[in-house]
Amino acid sequence: MILNRKYYYLWLLLVPAWLFFYLSLQSLTDLIIFGLIKLPKDSHLTNSISFFLFEVPKVLLLLILIVFVVGIIRSYFSPERTRKMLGDKKLFMGNVLGSMLGIVTPFCSCSAIPLFLGFVEAGVPLGVTFSFLIAAPMINEVAVVLLFGLFGWKTALIYMSSGLFIAMFSGFVIGKLKLERFVEDWVYQVKAGNSVIMEEDKITFAKRISYGVDEVKEIVGKVWIYVVLGIAVGAGIHGYVPENFMVGLMGKGVWWSVPAAVLIGIPMYSNSAGIIPIVQALLEKGAALGTVLAFMMSVIGLSLPETIILKKVLKLPLIFTFVGVVGVGIIIVGYLFNFIF
Amino acid sequence: MINIKVLGPGCTNCVNLERLCREVVAENSIDAVIEKVTDYREIMSYGIMSTPGLVVNGKVIHTGKLPNKSTLAHWLQNI
Repeated sequence: MILNRKYYYLWLLLVPAWLFFYLSLQSLTDLIIFGLIKLPKDSHLTNSISFFLFEVPKVLLLLILIVFVVGIIRSYFSPERTRKMLGDKKLFMGNVLGSMLGIVTPFCSCSAIPLFLGFVEAGVPLGVTFSFLIAAPMINEVAVVLLFGLFGWKTALIYMSSGLFIAMFSGFVIGKLKLERFVEDWVYQVKAGNSVIMEEDKITFAKRISYGVDEVKEIVGKVWIYVVLGIAVGAGIHGYVPENFMVGLMGKGVWWSVPAAVLIGIPMYSNSAGIIPIVQALLEKGAALGTVLAFMMSVIGLSLPETIILKKVLKLPLIFTFVGVVGVGIIIVGYLFNFIF
Repeated sequence: MINIKVLGPGCTNCVNLERLCREVVAENSIDAVIEKVTDYREIMSYGIMSTPGLVVNGKVIHTGKLPNKSTLAHWLQNI
């Protein structure tokens, strides 16, 4: 067992290999395009193929590295520890901290209820709990890496900071509205057993590396197909569909497009990778950035399946308030970015 | 005879963990009863906040992730 763990340090040897591949991607692509299959320069097909051959490994490499690093970071933040950190926090500071912890705490939507119950039981304020629950699915490393790899660091940064803003703002508003009475009564009677805190500090670093490797296997194994699809869409429709195809529907000039995008996005559900091909196609064809990001956020952050799960612990007025406040936050952000860019 | 409880409302990972437990128990002929716990109140009574949870003879062994099969076999054989 001990030997087995030591061997995980060997994964770190892959870091130089990663760097080498990442830095030589352009020359490797050129070598394949012009050296091996000898495509003519400057033809439309060549451009599409070389875009595809360059972007797919680039984005996948970024994804592997970031998921690995985030995996190691996450091994320091168990839900139990996050709950402890949020237990005595007041509104505002609690919302800020809750949103940020939402990013780094390992979370899957199927754990939303136990997590909610655990937070309530530990006395975490309702508004702070919501900040956490909003940030956790919406801002994640997969969304940020894909936006960074495909649309540049500005788009990724905008997405991340506005997602954080929405989580803080919505949690703060929900906290101010004092909606505790709309939490199902049984929730307050739950007696949680002594929590078995995994002793994060005592985990060896080798174990954290193995945690990171597991995350890469699980997450990249699940989302690579969407990356390939997204980039194929980008490479494929380029030039075949009129450049301004979407301008009339989702362009900057269409004032109702932001709320419409959010209304359509709320009942839809997709993971953050699955939405990328759509985002790619929309942006490529002239849809405005704010509108597209608003659509993406409402699909990832709010969804029908999630609200149905939450119905177990929340009464309807609170569910509607939650969806309403977050929806309004997303619409504000959408307009803001359409206005700025 | 050991008592295995899989805690989880019915998400993919919880279903997979139960299946994995049954496989390991069958393959290693471990004398065990496997129980699926879906009631949130009961899940919470074990003090866990991420599912799936694995409880063996009343003690929480693992939460939040699907263990791989050899690790799970190692745990169940060394109770």
